[in-house]
Amino acid sequence: MSRQLRYLQAMNEAYHQEMERDSAMIILGEDIRGNLRGETRGLLAKFGPERVLDTPISEAAFVGFGTGAAMAGLRPIVQFQIASLVYLAFDQLVNNAAKMRLMMGGQATVPVTYTVMASGARNGLAGQHADNPYPYFLHAGIKTVCAASAYDAKGLLISAIREDDPVAFFAPAACLALRGEVPEEAYAIPFGVGEIKRPGSDVTVVAVGHLVPEAIQVADSFATEGISVQVWDPRSLLPLDKDGLCAAAARTGRVVIYDDTNRTCGFAAEVAALLAERVFGALKAPIKRITRADAPIAFSAPLEKAALPGPERLGAAIRVVCG
Amino acid sequence: MTITVPKPLAEEMYRRMQLIRRFEEWVVKLVESNEIAGVTHESVGQEAVAVGVCLALRDDDVITSTHRGHGHIIAKGGNVAHMLAELLGREGGYNKGRGGSMHIADMALGIFGANGIVTAGCPMACGTAYAFKRRGQDRVAASFFGDGGVNHGLFHEALNLAAIWALPVVFVCENNGYAITTPIASVTKVELYTRAAAYGMPGEAVDGMDVQAVYEATRRAVERARAGAGPSLIECRTYRFVGHYTAERFMKLDYRSDEEIVAWRKRDAIPAWSKRLGEAGLWRADDQRRCDAAVERELDQAVAIARQSPWPSADTALDHVYARTYPGLPAQGFE
Ligand SMILES: Cc1ncc(C[n+]2csc(CCOP(=O)(O)OP(=O)(O)O)c2C)c(N)n1
Ligand SMILES: [Mg+2]
Repeated sequence: MSRQLRYLQAMNEAYHQEMERDSAMIILGEDIRGNLRGETRGLLAKFGPERVLDTPISEAAFVGFGTGAAMAGLRPIVQFQIASLVYLAFDQLVNNAAKMRLMMGGQATVPVTYTVMASGARNGLAGQHADNPYPYFLHAGIKTVCAASAYDAKGLLISAIREDDPVAFFAPAACLALRGEVPEEAYAIPFGVGEIKRPGSDVTVVAVGHLVPEAIQVADSFATEGISVQVWDPRSLLPLDKDGLCAAAARTGRVVIYDDTNRTCGFAAEVAALLAERVFGALKAPIKRITRADAPIAFSAPLEKAALPGPERLGAAIRVVCG
Repeated sequence: MTITVPKPLAEEMYRRMQLIRRFEEWVVKLVESNEIAGVTHESVGQEAVAVGVCLALRDDDVITSTHRGHGHIIAKGGNVAHMLAELLGREGGYNKGRGGSMHIADMALGIFGANGIVTAGCPMACGTAYAFKRRGQDRVAASFFGDGGVNHGLFHEALNLAAIWALPVVFVCENNGYAITTPIASVTKVELYTRAAAYGMPGEAVDGMDVQAVYEATRRAVERARAGAGPSLIECRTYRFVGHYTAERFMKLDYRSDEEIVAWRKRDAIPAWSKRLGEAGLWRADDQRRCDAAVERELDQAVAIARQSPWPSADTALDHVYARTYPGLPAQGFE
């Protein structure tokens, strides 16, 4: 039987294999050595304290540190312990790392990977620990990937690390415990190439991150109703596989976008606009978006559920566009 | 006051300070003739800080600079023609016209960018210094920032990082007394250099109108950094003789008094240094004139070169965003 790994183990293997391959790589962030969740297990023992750095709680400074180290020839992985912490470092991400190359007329190369852990957290993490802030990165022009499976986690993380630009790798909280087949050898999933995660012919669900496995379950449940649902996962959000997206949408003529970011100017809004511009003529129904509400996430379970995109709403939207 | 540095270095200190002063005066002219767009912050009055610090560095050391960065770049050996072409937005500029006054960089000269965000260069200098340390190189990163920077979180976070990892960084605070119109004393209760103690590094204040004092303080900090003993903070007490930015000359602001400006202008570092060169017997009467004339020629030529440099072509507007592009990335603003 093929080898199964959990998502965090797949990330861990990518870290080990890439740091082994390239001695210019370092990893830094909060509690990296203490190995809080498992994705950094064994790094300190194998690569030593000079390449595996525990930082103070100084998000802005350690992002700027990563930029300066990268400009001087290192290849840092900068880990955010939880997704909402990116806001603390926003100036260093947006005003500096993302703009440096253009501002310097191409002189600076900034090969940094930001691993954004446990994004879009679930189950009572409340207002400040439940964000899924990738649209901000996309808006800032920072290359961004979001892996929905253990297999994609390893392959996308390796591609992110090898890229010569800043890249944000989002690891959704609801994916971290997933298990799946992961090859032992290092492999890279190319940026800008989406994937049909489940074939279908009546409606296309464009789903991101932890909503991909959810969408597949919903799609399976429609088989008995005679509705054939295709699930398409962009995998890299910037660059976005626009041709693959349009082809997937045109094949079915009906589209529901299933995305756990805010509705206004969220990722789903961009996908809907793009499809309207490019494949309007192939659409048989208006595009529907099932997204997070434009509100902070409340603590209490029924309130949390009401603000997040969920399978019931996805199912209802599929019925509407197919009706 | 005696001159302790060798004569060629003493002369070079004068030449670079004068080059900065006259460069900035050209900038004003080119702003007023509408040849320079955007915002320019002159460092007139602060030349001794830039020169004292940068001449204490080696060519392979790195600096990070600020919105008021022209002086730092010239002091680190920047080419004034490439700088002026950048200010004019031309393809022949240091940043191919993509950066302008607040982002001039020359990675080959160790100028890791002027930066328009106060203290943004501080953590970057830490990362660069870490790269040197990790490779076993004895190179140093010096990070410039103003008095306005010492109340910014990044300053505090960066000093702490440099201290805990014993990074070869020299933090240079150019205390010119004001952040735009805000006097430093109205926003800070302590002497700025004393901030160093909180992070476990040496801090000292020097007379920023004395190029040799700045040079010597920097030398001490650099030696310490090269020896692996970690970072230092130097507060250079200086003054900007002109407005926060070029346009301020017409704004009739009253946040500082004429008497204060006159008093500081009397302490101008450039004639003071020339005088000391004379008193020490290192310069004769026409040596300064000879040096000044060479500076004028260099700048005249630089302005001519910059004006002849071509404009970037519009179809390259999306170049240099990424090291690696993809189909549709960066996206055009229209389709
Ligand atoms: C973080 C940040 N806040 C505000 C500004 C706007 N700003 C530009 S220069 C400046 C004053 C900076 O004062 P100081 O650091 O003392 O430098 P100086 O201008 O005196 O050289 C301010 C507030 C900025 N560029 N960056
Ligand atoms: Mg100031």
